[in-house]
Amino acid sequence: MDILQLLLYGVVLGSIVALGAVGVTLTFGILGFANFAHGDLMAFGAYVALVAYTWLALPLWLALPAAVAATVALALLVDALVFRRFRTRRPIVLLISSFGVALILRSLIQIGFGPGTVLYSTRIQIAERFWGLRVKPDQIVIVALTLVLVVLLHLFLSRTRTGKAMRAMADNPTLARLSGIDTENVIRWTWAIGGALAAVAGVCLGLNSRLSPEMGWFLLLAVFAAAILGGIGRPYGAILGGYVVGICVEMSNLVLPAEYSPVVPFALLVVMLIVRPTGLFAGRSG
Amino acid sequence: MEDVHGGYGEADVLHGVSMRVEAHEVVAIVGSNGAGKSTAMKAVFGLARVSRGRILLDGADIANRQPDRIVREGVCFVPQTENVFPTLSVDENLDIGGFTLKEGVRERKDGVYALFPDLVAKRRQAAGQLSGGQRQMVAMGRALMLRPRLLLLDEPTAGLSPLYMDQIFKIVRDVNATGVAVLMVEQNARQALAIADRGYVLATGRNRHEGTGAELIADPAVAESFLGG
Ligand SMILES: Nc1ncnc2c1ncn2[C@@H]1O[C@H](COP(=O)(O)OP(=O)(O)O)[C@@H](O)[C@H]1O
Ligand SMILES: [Mg+2]
Repeated sequence: MDILQLLLYGVVLGSIVALGAVGVTLTFGILGFANFAHGDLMAFGAYVALVAYTWLALPLWLALPAAVAATVALALLVDALVFRRFRTRRPIVLLISSFGVALILRSLIQIGFGPGTVLYSTRIQIAERFWGLRVKPDQIVIVALTLVLVVLLHLFLSRTRTGKAMRAMADNPTLARLSGIDTENVIRWTWAIGGALAAVAGVCLGLNSRLSPEMGWFLLLAVFAAAILGGIGRPYGAILGGYVVGICVEMSNLVLPAEYSPVVPFALLVVMLIVRPTGLFAGRSG
Repeated sequence: MEDVHGGYGEADVLHGVSMRVEAHEVVAIVGSNGAGKSTAMKAVFGLARVSRGRILLDGADIANRQPDRIVREGVCFVPQTENVFPTLSVDENLDIGGFTLKEGVRERKDGVYALFPDLVAKRRQAAGQLSGGQRQMVAMGRALMLRPRLLLLDEPTAGLSPLYMDQIFKIVRDVNATGVAVLMVEQNARQALAIADRGYVLATGRNRHEGTGAELIADPAVAESFLGG
């Protein structure tokens, strides 16, 4: 297959991975644990949009905000019910409990929708041709939406009081408290942003392929690989990491049979952890 | 601080420390490594456990309160290590210092830059990339953003060149002259006591000596064991 065509698919997949990886990296930076439930938050968002779109017959541009709102609420609820209770415990306790949350969410989706795969729409999309490349409208939407969200995230982190407090807390939680920052409030914002981006990523993933209860779980390795590639705890790194992973996965089709593409993030992760454990773009500080 | 016992986890590090800082005073704490000087400061902010004794601020007991609550009472702390946000710019470090302010952040920042002119050229640089002396200035600047009534400094001159050291001591005096009471832990004990109104010598988690700065410098027992003869 054409290299440019694969590159394009890589950018689309990379956008989805990037959106997920930002959430993982933010929760890691602020709360200090790898959230294994993040993939299932993505799946949850995708299924909320499915309900809004097919059952309530909302247009997709309204189903998306509904998915975002529901996923943010879920993330805050899970934090209040589960993670909050383990705040002062070692990170491993939080990590294991996130594993539990992941299983619960996935099972709930399965109970509600069955184990099979579903599509948002069975209508076939006609791919447009640009300079010989096939591009579906959905794919343009996915990439454009991601770019808008990345810009918004950047403005939030660099311009707003809460965004700066969030970065400060990721840098040095004790000093953040010594500066009068209400850390519980920052934690709620972290879940809200992570949950919102997860919902968008989930919907995009559903648009790009299909929905299944395991869709988020299967993507989680790629998401973690992106977050680690970007230097865990660094949102901008996670975005770049997402594109690197997405592009590598699609490009692997040049040399590997398609069934092997899921091992690509894993291989990237292993190589990364051996060669540059602090991330591709690690600078001197932090 | 009255007869404070406490520490980390199960073990106590402090075994009865008492100290007092009056408004507008500079008070120095000296003592050998591991005496519990940093722990005493952390205890004020709820970063070390207080198991016995009281820590009073204007008569109200603040022992074991959350740090962000104590900051709102007008007491700020510059820890000994990790006292800046390394990936945030100098300017953003100051913004965070003024986090609880409703307005006037810009004016306060101008005030901090007036106190530390070296930082003006570095305002967009990440604090983690500055030299030790400049980082210490950012750390003090961050804590000064709230115009505290009481400023706690844990070894502000540790590891600095003599030039920076003199500069920091001068700034401590300048800050004090604006009405801020200062409680500082110092390894450079002689210089610290020289600018301090009063001082305490701690050893193994207990008060050992106390007096005015001049008295402590003149005391042969203090000089021999804590001022290097
Ligand atoms: N976070 C901590 N956890 C457990 N023990 C600590 C911690 N910080 C300091 N200590 C112990 O408390 C004692 C006093 O330390 P510290 O207050 O830092 O001394 P100083 O500042 O006077 O050099 C030391 O024995 C040190 O090992
Ligand atoms: Mg110390």
